[in-house]
Amino acid sequence: MLELASNAVVTGLLLGGIYAVASLGLTIAFGLLQVPNVAHPTFVVLGAYCAYFGNLVGLDPVLAGALFAPAFYAAGMLFYEAYFICFERRGRGDTLQSFTFFFGVALVLEVVLILAVGVDLRSVGAGYIGKSLTLGAVTMPYRLIIPFVIGSTVGAGMWAFLTRTHTGLAIRAVAHDDRALRIVALDPARIKRHAFGIAMMTAAFAGAALIVLNPVDPFIGGEYIGRTFAIVVLAGMGSVPGTLVAGAIIGLMESLVVTFVGASWAPGVSFTVLLATLAVRPSGIFGIAR
Amino acid sequence: MSSWRFGFGALAVVAAGAALPHLVSNSYVFYAGFITLQYVIVATAWNILGGYAGYVNFGAGAFVGLGIYSAVFLFKAIAAPLWLQVLGAAAAGGLLGLGMGYLTLRIQGVFFSIATLALTIVLNTIVVNWSFIGGARGATVLAPAPVWFPSIVSYVFFATLVLAVITVAVARWIERSWVWRGLAALRANEQAAECCGTPTLKLKLFAATVSGALIATAGAPYPYYASYVEPGSAFGLTIALNALAMPLIGGTRSWIGPVIGALLLSSIEQAATVTIPTEVNLLIVGLVLIGFVVAAPDGLLGLFARRQNQGARA
Repeated sequence: MLELASNAVVTGLLLGGIYAVASLGLTIAFGLLQVPNVAHPTFVVLGAYCAYFGNLVGLDPVLAGALFAPAFYAAGMLFYEAYFICFERRGRGDTLQSFTFFFGVALVLEVVLILAVGVDLRSVGAGYIGKSLTLGAVTMPYRLIIPFVIGSTVGAGMWAFLTRTHTGLAIRAVAHDDRALRIVALDPARIKRHAFGIAMMTAAFAGAALIVLNPVDPFIGGEYIGRTFAIVVLAGMGSVPGTLVAGAIIGLMESLVVTFVGASWAPGVSFTVLLATLAVRPSGIFGIAR
Repeated sequence: MSSWRFGFGALAVVAAGAALPHLVSNSYVFYAGFITLQYVIVATAWNILGGYAGYVNFGAGAFVGLGIYSAVFLFKAIAAPLWLQVLGAAAAGGLLGLGMGYLTLRIQGVFFSIATLALTIVLNTIVVNWSFIGGARGATVLAPAPVWFPSIVSYVFFATLVLAVITVAVARWIERSWVWRGLAALRANEQAAECCGTPTLKLKLFAATVSGALIATAGAPYPYYASYVEPGSAFGLTIALNALAMPLIGGTRSWIGPVIGALLLSSIEQAATVTIPTEVNLLIVGLVLIGFVVAAPDGLLGLFARRQNQGARA
């Protein structure tokens, strides 16, 4: 029993790292820039397929994810530019329209993935997949450890970037007040574009983490929509350390539910957390009360 | 259009719907007609919250699924007749809309949309784990033979037609009452509306409840129609997408917009399912939706009004 519980806790915490990296892009796009990019989880799935195709030609899936990251950065900038021209430039973006836009993009991308790669589950091969590390009573498979390491590295890197560099500071400033940025002669649109590119870049790493963890099909994005938004809201909008903590909380709760209640109830966890957060503490764990 | 003319038109539509099963024997008409009418209900009801108030509900599929499974539950529990199933579905959908609204609409509007995104998966989870209403295996619902109608499909078709007329009438009534002016005010600027004494929260909750209840009624006749229900098809993505696409393509500012959008899109989709795969169909609807949101945010009605304005000026 104790062994079961401790394994569930460790699995949950490791899962949390993966959930966190899948949510990081939203933490920036939605939490900081207030762009409701509901297509982000679908881009994570796209990242997973990029890792899959990299793996087909013999690359390690994580390396493949890193190789695709610059392409994702460029795609993110283009994507933001399209969004900016269509909506933000016309003045205050209508939520209905921008939401619908991203929803449409997510749907189109998902269908394109279905048409391009089919609905079968795809998985990757690497030396560490299938092996596990045993420490006392706890057994940790490497397919959980590696994505967790990716998640915490990308998370820590993002935090350092946002707090220690000038660009990171500018991104947080643009989230705070973009008119003030214009006064100090910085172009808010340029910084937002850069930030959105970085947000999209995390999807390449998250996708690699996702496909190392489990086989992937095009529909898996739907599961991650609720999960990632729950994490971003629970974290406190735009907080990177909050995202890591919230990811761990949701991972832990899901793992405990899977172990002690039943796997078929796990999809309900993140939604319950989301509603509970909105009802009790809408500013999240690390958020500033507004 | 005056209310008298609207009332006579609605009565004429219902009367024609009642007579049709006795005149037309081809049952495909009723199968296809049911789907189209279902979408008229979903699109019009979605628009009460989405178009009038500007709060996007991505979970229309969840509300329809809730309606379907409320009907299944009432049928299994007390062998309820169709009208009772519809009322049960409306009550469940209204409660869900009110509850979601109460938890999320007090804060920013975006959170409501996000919560509805996840709603489908949660309801799916509950249904899969609840064996009384079929669980993951699905449930079979064998409808008793209808009294006046020649077949069960034509009976379901007529019931859905009545529901569609009621939904459109409710939307039209809201559009002509002070409720619409309040919703329009809060859509334009919520803080300003609140400062002018508009009861924004009450109005939002009202719209969420009415919209949720009406969307759920669209699902209620489905178990009789299909006689077999399983969670995968009950909570499909197609409804969520169409609920959004139809009002936006038709035009969200008036009750007629979603009706036009639903009739148009649903007919095209029905014709397309015969010729192209479902995925391609979804892809096309998605692209058209993006196109309209970007280039014609007021839908076909907006395009039409713009042309008329230009014509008047020339």
